[in-house]
Amino acid sequence: MKWTRKDLLTLYDLSGEEIEYILDTAAEFKKVSERSVKKVPALRGKTVVNFFVEPSTRTRVSFELAEQRLSADIVNMQAQASSLLKGETLLDTVRNIEALQVDLVVMRHSVPGAQSFIAKHLKCGVVNAGDGAHAHPTQALLDLFTIREKKGRIAGLKVAIIGDILHSRVARSNIWGLLKLGAEVTVAGPSTLVPKEFESIGVKVCHDLKEAVADADVINLLRIQHERQNASFFPSTGEYSRFFGIREESMKFLKPDVLIMHPGPINRDVELSGAVADGPNSVILEQVTNGLAVRMAVLYLVSGCVQK
Amino acid sequence: MSDILFKNARIIDPERSIDTVGDLGVSNGVITDCGKLSNPEVIDLSGKVLTHGFLDVHVHLRQPGNTNAETIQTGTMAAAAGGFTSIVAMPNTKPAADTVGAIELLRRTSEQQAVVKVLPCGCMTVNSEGKEMAPIGSLKSAGVAALSDDGKCVQDHDLMRHIVEYAKSFNLPILDHCEETTLAAGGVMNEGKWSVLLGFNGISGASEELIVARNIILSRMVDWKIHMQHISVKESVDLIRQARKRGIKVTGEATPHHITLTDEKIKSFDTNYKMNPPLRSEEDRIALIEGIADDSITVIATDHAPHTTTAKMVEFNFAPFGIIGLETAFSLCYTELVKKGVISLPKLIEKLTKGPAEVMGIENFNLAEGNPADLVIFDPAAEYVIDKNLFKSKARNTPFDGMSVAGRIERTYVDGKLVYQL
Repeated sequence: MKWTRKDLLTLYDLSGEEIEYILDTAAEFKKVSERSVKKVPALRGKTVVNFFVEPSTRTRVSFELAEQRLSADIVNMQAQASSLLKGETLLDTVRNIEALQVDLVVMRHSVPGAQSFIAKHLKCGVVNAGDGAHAHPTQALLDLFTIREKKGRIAGLKVAIIGDILHSRVARSNIWGLLKLGAEVTVAGPSTLVPKEFESIGVKVCHDLKEAVADADVINLLRIQHERQNASFFPSTGEYSRFFGIREESMKFLKPDVLIMHPGPINRDVELSGAVADGPNSVILEQVTNGLAVRMAVLYLVSGCVQK
Repeated sequence: MSDILFKNARIIDPERSIDTVGDLGVSNGVITDCGKLSNPEVIDLSGKVLTHGFLDVHVHLRQPGNTNAETIQTGTMAAAAGGFTSIVAMPNTKPAADTVGAIELLRRTSEQQAVVKVLPCGCMTVNSEGKEMAPIGSLKSAGVAALSDDGKCVQDHDLMRHIVEYAKSFNLPILDHCEETTLAAGGVMNEGKWSVLLGFNGISGASEELIVARNIILSRMVDWKIHMQHISVKESVDLIRQARKRGIKVTGEATPHHITLTDEKIKSFDTNYKMNPPLRSEEDRIALIEGIADDSITVIATDHAPHTTTAKMVEFNFAPFGIIGLETAFSLCYTELVKKGVISLPKLIEKLTKGPAEVMGIENFNLAEGNPADLVIFDPAAEYVIDKNLFKSKARNTPFDGMSVAGRIERTYVDGKLVYQL
């Protein structure tokens, strides 16, 4: 197939074929990072702006490294959404960036749809590095890549996503990606954090950990944020861990070849025990490695569709 | 101003149960026996409908405080273009209309600049902060026609009880924005399937339902009128339906946008779909239409809420709530309700004239001789495409631009004076 999009905004927008195409492209770029010279000229002469209107360390570093390995010129910008609100509008800010003749803007923002909104008004490409609780497509792509690499396929697999689904862009992007590639998706956690509305798109919603994970081929554990406790979603992280955390003893009722995944940063002994995080079923650090390849693939594909 | 003789119009006058083809005379701004006109201008209205001008009980004029978005002049010109000859001006201006001075300023400016009749609405509480009662008696003396903290909602039930009781002694209707704030906190759209899929904080329908129930209880207890603004959820319609059957003095309004759109639209992230109360589910939309059909909802009001394009061209969470509605209301309702056979044309006219007049306690809101010639003429057969660039309103924040609709306002008269012509 031929890639035709200048933006990567959500996986909801993409067809299964397009998602597979990104994963296939990422497999080629993964080989680059395994060489002694970890650099290709694919984006030489192109300028990428990493515009983070919400703090990020891991995703930003992964994107930066991906851009460097593609030989792009890079500018990093950070801003607070609140200060943008008071002064220059977001649209004016990104139009100023575009006026510097950049090719791609990689953007993170706290508001759902912020990247979709600006992408409509820009000629340069826009890559969504996370928009509020809405989407985090490159994270989901690296999760899909890791699953496919380990299991050889996605279709027909049972994938359980555990934790704060309500506030998670990782969960939403994973759900769309997994559904489009034919996986069976279960989301689980306390009912305050796992809305039943996900059933409307064919996701199984469950509030019992054991039931959710018993026959799972993949378990993706999401980070539990302490501030949700204060907002009355659950009484304490201790209680959360007791009912929804994965511990060594949980492994007894899991499939022996289950993949344990986590988008990071992990709260050891909250979502999962240290022993599980470091155990043989965990692919958490491989996810990080694959993130680089996936982001190289995305940047390479969208940059090819930005008009000169 | 010469006399006018409107000939061969379909005259619909819900207050007097009239729906007939005939003539109507106007002399000195007053509806007059056709036989008593002298040398009138004759206007043939074959195929057209003539009714009393509409009354919108829910309009934001933005003057003073945000005249970049709308002014009394442009807002009332938009009203005239929409067939409205009277509008109730919400008090959440800057400063808020919670003093005699603010009401006097509004009245004086309206006398000079308004092209339709502006009925001032005063705040229920000081600066609509929900803490202490506004000077309701003095506001009445200054000319307010109703009370509202629209945009906000008094959360203190004891204070609300006393406001309703006190307003009763001054014969002032209460127009209430029904929103319990803890259940709505941080929300930017309807809580439901689409807020979950899009990752937005939701505004629970329960936040409206809870205050509708509170208001029904207070209305029964105090025996005074409470009008529920912009009802948006099914459960609120059910509560109002039951209360009215029991004779409790509550009324409800629906906006054209809540009966034509649902929250699914927000997947486009277009901030012209952001308003409060938010667009709800299809089930809610249908329940509102059923409520209109069975007279649980007796009023259609626009919640005309102008904002500048700059204010709306931002990230969804940061955009202000609200859309304009005066110039699209009739066509949207005609298309959605009458053309689809839900209600008759006279019933729609009732929701735009008699229903709101009852809320405001206005008598003789009809076409009887001797009444002011506040009239609207429209072509029910005309089909057209909404073009926001043709709006009289200063604002352009509408989600209906480009939509094909039927039923077009052609002329609007206030006191016999032509204030809008297509």
